[in-house]
Amino acid sequence: MQPLDIDYMLGLVPVLLGYVPLTLGMALASMAFALVLAALLAVERVVRVPVLDQAVMLFISFFRGTPLLVQLFLFYYGLPQLMSFLTQINGVTAAIMGLTLHFAAYMAESIRAAIIGVDRNQWEASMAVGMTRAQMLRRIVLPQASRVAAPTLVNYFIDMIKSTSLAFTLGVTELMGATQKEAAGSFLYFESFIVVAVIYWIIVEVLSYGQRLLESRMEEAYAR
Amino acid sequence: MTGVSGLTKRFGTNTVLDNIDLEIEDGERVVIIGPSGTGKSTLLRAINFLDHPDAGTITVGDLSVDAARASRRNILALRRRTAFVFQNYALFANKTARENITEALVTVQKRSRADAEARADEVLRETGLLDKADSYPAALSGGQQQRVGIGRAMALDADLMLFDEPTSALDPEWVGEVLDLMRRVAEQRQTMLIVTHEMQFAREIADRIVFMDGGRIVEQGPPSQIFDAPHDKRTRDFLRRVG
Ligand SMILES: Nc1ncnc2c1ncn2[C@@H]1O[C@H](COP(=O)(O)OP(=O)(O)OP(=O)(O)O)[C@@H](O)[C@H]1O
Ligand SMILES: [Mg+2]
Repeated sequence: MQPLDIDYMLGLVPVLLGYVPLTLGMALASMAFALVLAALLAVERVVRVPVLDQAVMLFISFFRGTPLLVQLFLFYYGLPQLMSFLTQINGVTAAIMGLTLHFAAYMAESIRAAIIGVDRNQWEASMAVGMTRAQMLRRIVLPQASRVAAPTLVNYFIDMIKSTSLAFTLGVTELMGATQKEAAGSFLYFESFIVVAVIYWIIVEVLSYGQRLLESRMEEAYAR
Repeated sequence: MTGVSGLTKRFGTNTVLDNIDLEIEDGERVVIIGPSGTGKSTLLRAINFLDHPDAGTITVGDLSVDAARASRRNILALRRRTAFVFQNYALFANKTARENITEALVTVQKRSRADAEARADEVLRETGLLDKADSYPAALSGGQQQRVGIGRAMALDADLMLFDEPTSALDPEWVGEVLDLMRRVAEQRQTMLIVTHEMQFAREIADRIVFMDGGRIVEQGPPSQIFDAPHDKRTRDFLRRVG
């Protein structure tokens, strides 16, 4: 067994850190889109608009039932074939699309569960004062549901950050792609991948800390 | 003029409201009494379509809605002319006491925030809860929560206020303060339809008592008549049981 090349590893850190913004950027963009989409899907699943409901169920079932990698390839390689005007699709765009749809499907289910968990009397009180269904959801039900769903949604965000590494298979040089290139140049595979693993790990730990803060704040929610 | 005619509600094959006719004068206080499972809550909930009635007409002020052909707009309009006080308070858990009152004034009645807050503070003062204005429901006692619930209903300036056993979920120590507040609402000549098991309170506040049994109105009249000289055997049996 050879000793680790510590100097190489230390030198690699700043190089890889330069790719953190792209990785986090993809995750943040996907998360923002996914949250909006998931909230819409969840509300639809609760309200159950005929026909649309079947479509939404199919959508959720498909994006939960197939591997993320397959979905990414479908967008990156498949979509341009299907729609000729998209002669080529940018890898980052395809990754954000795939991550958005994939995670929206999962998040929709936890938001739906949180909405259903809101006490019936909250719906009834909203109706009794004459709110429209949209007002009731926006002002009363969704704010309460989002408090309940928040810790789970942070879990999905953490998962999403790690899943951005799959974008390197679409030719995107993000954190993982950059590491792959560095490793191929230096042949120091173990050193390279352990460094990138630690970088992912630290990002996730920071988020988990934030999540714990969030959870303790949630426990005292509305208790003032 | 306010009231219902031919109001019918079924849950499956169970007819819970059987062709109910009830007229209420402006400013009148009507108290509904009757055994458990008789349809008292369902009657109140049918008036504002929390439970969609199967048939009948509901009139509040100048608005009449035919249950069989009620549109979403009709239902909203009806709800905006009524106010509801729930047995379990049903305060908005994500809103402070003050926000519970301003919420509908701003989102439903489209009043300005400043206007709504002024009205909320007025109501909070009347309910004796101004010092709790910024508290969330979870931090209030049952009695305080129900006073906010009544305040939320008062602030709407509704043509008809509906109370569904507003003191039944309360610890005995809080019942008095809630009944006191309802007396004050009554003094303002607010039209009130109240379901309660507080017979002493009913006798004192009501212009008219309605006795319901099995989804029908069995008899009605001034408190002295219903309590002291009931005509129907079912009324007598019920009153004997509740003491
Ligand atoms: N959502 C519902 N689904 C099915 N049945 C219902 C529903 N709500 C009420 N019922 C039935 O309707 C009948 C009348 O109920 P309701 O709650 O109106 O009675 P109540 O007079 O208010 O009784 P209580 O004094 O116990 O509050 C009961 O038999 C009840 O089981
Ligand atoms: Mg009842």
